[in-house]
Amino acid sequence: MHYCLADYVLDIAQNAVEAGASRLKVVVGEDAGGTSVLVEDNGRGMSDEERKRALDPFYTDGTKHTKRRVGLGLPFLAQAAQATGGLFAIESEKGKGSRVSFRFPSDNVDTPPMGDMAALFLSVLCLPGDHELVVERRKKDGGEYRLVRSELSWAVGGLELVSSLALLREYLVSQEEDQ
Amino acid sequence: MAKMSLEQLRKLREDKRQDLSRREVEGKEIQIIVGMGTCGIAAGAKQTFDELVKAVDESGLGDRVVIRQTGCMGLCYVEPTVEVVMPGMPTVIYGKMTSETAKELVKKHLVEKSLLDNHILDRPAADIVKK
Repeated sequence: MHYCLADYVLDIAQNAVEAGASRLKVVVGEDAGGTSVLVEDNGRGMSDEERKRALDPFYTDGTKHTKRRVGLGLPFLAQAAQATGGLFAIESEKGKGSRVSFRFPSDNVDTPPMGDMAALFLSVLCLPGDHELVVERRKKDGGEYRLVRSELSWAVGGLELVSSLALLREYLVSQEEDQ
Repeated sequence: MAKMSLEQLRKLREDKRQDLSRREVEGKEIQIIVGMGTCGIAAGAKQTFDELVKAVDESGLGDRVVIRQTGCMGLCYVEPTVEVVMPGMPTVIYGKMTSETAKELVKKHLVEKSLLDNHILDRPAADIVKK
């Protein structure tokens, strides 16, 4: 299981990038009752059969690790959401993309902590590829901000060199800490 | 910290770049690759990545190091895994690179050019390498 909610978001976003998506959207919204997340991509998607099997921890599409039979990302998330009385849904269409949404209630003892949001978005923005990614973040205090990968990449001069990433990191911390 | 605007971020980058052009740049020859599969994430790779960005920048090597993420390297039992490729040093995959040991990695491998003996692994697992 993942330690914090941010790790579930990163895991699902990483799946989306590996699914060959050219456009991704990640929404992380907090309210008094809990946290809602949406990860949407236009990657290769799954058939109904694959979508059902993706929740089986001993199923993988076999392309990445040809001799291994585990795929834990989605099963982890589904199980954690279920265990906390939260919500989990996955919609997918072969060739069109996938949409994973989940919600964790704030009043359940098993709900994982939020985790480091700035570190989450730093990692999500730097996942490899030429895709566009939009992050929409609503904080518990009502504050909100939006991140667009291409704009940030332009601003810091690419998303690989550490000196650029250090500036991006500073920017993300400033967005998250702003009251 | 006051909320930064995109323009301010761009300005910071420009300032840094001007600073850079005054120095001799040796090139971006050092690569760090962090495994960010489910196994890596579960073991704390997100914080490792964050710490590496911070520690490399603080070490003054920020303009010579590129850092990338990849999926599972097949070494799920020793995550987080970090591969370092740099001239004059053997290419090494390190295991159990938590955010604390990531700091040590920057200090020892990148700055002092010595290996972190207790964390060395080999290449990615044999069944993962594309033939």
